[in-house]
Amino acid sequence: MTITMERPASANQSNKPRWGDLEDDDDRGEDYGYFAPPEVVTETDEHGVKKVISYKIKDDGRKAKITTTIRIRKLAKTRLSKRAIERRSWPKFGDAVNTDDGARLTIPSTEEIIIERPRAPGSKADEKNPGDALGQLGVKGGAVLMVCRTCGKKGDHWTSKCPYKDLAPPPEGFVDKPTSEAPSASSGAAKATYVPPSQRQGADRSGQEMRRRNDENSVRVTNLSEDTREPDLQDLFSTFGPVSRVYIAYDQKTGMSRGFGFVNFVHKSDAEKAIAKLNGYGYDNLILRVEWAAPRTN
Amino acid sequence: MRPILMKGHERPLTFLKYNREGDLLFSCAKDHTPTVWFADNGERLGTYKGHNGAVWCCDVSRDSTRLITGSADQSAKLWNVQTGTLLFTFNFDSPARAVDFGVGDDLAVITTDPFIELPSAIHLKRISKDPSEQTAKSLREIRGPVGRINRAVWGPLNKTIISAGEDAVVRIWDSETGKLIKESEKESGHVKAITSLSKSADGSHFLTGSVDNSAKLWDTRTLTLIKTYVTERPVNAVAISPLLDHVVIGGGQHAVDVTTTDRRAGKFEAKFFHKILEEEIGGVKGHFGPINALAFNPDGRSFSSGGEDGYIRLHHFDPDYFHIKV
Repeated sequence: MTITMERPASANQSNKPRWGDLEDDDDRGEDYGYFAPPEVVTETDEHGVKKVISYKIKDDGRKAKITTTIRIRKLAKTRLSKRAIERRSWPKFGDAVNTDDGARLTIPSTEEIIIERPRAPGSKADEKNPGDALGQLGVKGGAVLMVCRTCGKKGDHWTSKCPYKDLAPPPEGFVDKPTSEAPSASSGAAKATYVPPSQRQGADRSGQEMRRRNDENSVRVTNLSEDTREPDLQDLFSTFGPVSRVYIAYDQKTGMSRGFGFVNFVHKSDAEKAIAKLNGYGYDNLILRVEWAAPRTN
Repeated sequence: MRPILMKGHERPLTFLKYNREGDLLFSCAKDHTPTVWFADNGERLGTYKGHNGAVWCCDVSRDSTRLITGSADQSAKLWNVQTGTLLFTFNFDSPARAVDFGVGDDLAVITTDPFIELPSAIHLKRISKDPSEQTAKSLREIRGPVGRINRAVWGPLNKTIISAGEDAVVRIWDSETGKLIKESEKESGHVKAITSLSKSADGSHFLTGSVDNSAKLWDTRTLTLIKTYVTERPVNAVAISPLLDHVVIGGGQHAVDVTTTDRRAGKFEAKFFHKILEEEIGGVKGHFGPINALAFNPDGRSFSSGGEDGYIRLHHFDPDYFHIKV
């Protein structure tokens, strides 16, 4: 609803009527009603909008034009039975007689509730393929981002799509290297990046080695069903050999399984056997993924 | 959609019921006063004062003149819907659990809980047109099931009574003789206590919800299992859409565990399933306690849920609900 005021040109600017005054004048305005031009109501257009233009003479003799724009909208079509309409006018009873209480009890929700469509566990609501987005970015923005790790070609393809993939040596990521090789590998990369002193060649790594040993025969199991518990995993993996540790990640808040876990074997050969056998093994409707746990990158 | 929140009850909701035209919504809660609301805007019309215990269930007559409520105060009461005056009290020796008017509104079934040495029972009462002629005499009493009978409803033409309860078995009884006609099979039936039972609009099939995390759809005449809807939490309430091939299932983790875990773990959503495909369509969140009661408006365009949190949430569906594709 909009209200526009028309004032004679002579009216003093400081005399500008206020909203508060308007309210008060509504009642007294009737006295001057017969001076005002008749009310004009425009026809309702296709959007359900109609305008009501009315004039009012105020106390101080000024004329006010009030344009009220009304939009009529059908909210819902309902067919009500006669009985239902009759019931609508039933007097309140019991505790509801006190109407002040009733108004407080019924409140529309402040938040909009949507019917949430279910989605596959683990997937995001609107997951975009980051590879595609980055790929386009790479083509547009000078191809610096896209570097193939296999053949070293820039801006042509991603590592996973490399045509020379089969010729390349197997990726080192999942191979459990003996610890003695680890410093040399990191020193190779040290040309460009900072390597902490503890990891540099010749550093005293006795403390680290203790920890490493713990991670050594660690196998990561992903795509576990939510119902899988640690004893289940123990049962599954202990057939390959002695198991020193079984761990399943749980969500701290909900207590639900997060769908992955780790199994440590006493012997490395057992771990290898388990990976060979259980990777791709169907367990509780899901296909397990079993691989070497990647060494921590810290 | 923007639900309407109704906070008329001080204790957890137990049951919700629409009248036939769908303009009134009756709610029962563990506080002692059943309440009636206008189902369109959620305005409170009145309360029925007189019970002295949790009210577990209610039913309204087809002409919306009379209400029957079953309460833990060992009574079932008949009310005048319009004025809230008490018409009659059926007294029992144990808490009344489920109530249901038969077709024609001249019969009612009331179940009572087991109590000390008393076993649970299903009572059939005649409801007089004139409340002054009403008597407390039972037409028939059926005993047999072990544990509470959480729901009992009338079958087609009042010939049978369908009961379900803590022993996880759905039973169909002959209402004339009180004999057991059919019993759900162990293999196909529920594993744990059945908490709720809801008939379809035409009464040809019904849905039961159980704490074994599933809801099952049964044929009313043959008691054959038609569909099973599996969720990941106990089911406290079920309802069948009278308009679309949808069922809605509500529940959540056990009320005693609510305070010890995160809200996300509770899964206090009303879950919509496709009735035929058994596939989940969507979830409606909002309650911060388990959902204890669900009811569809007879026009199928709105539904309400009542929770352990004491709120009734009245949802009028958005237009896009009617075009959801599975």
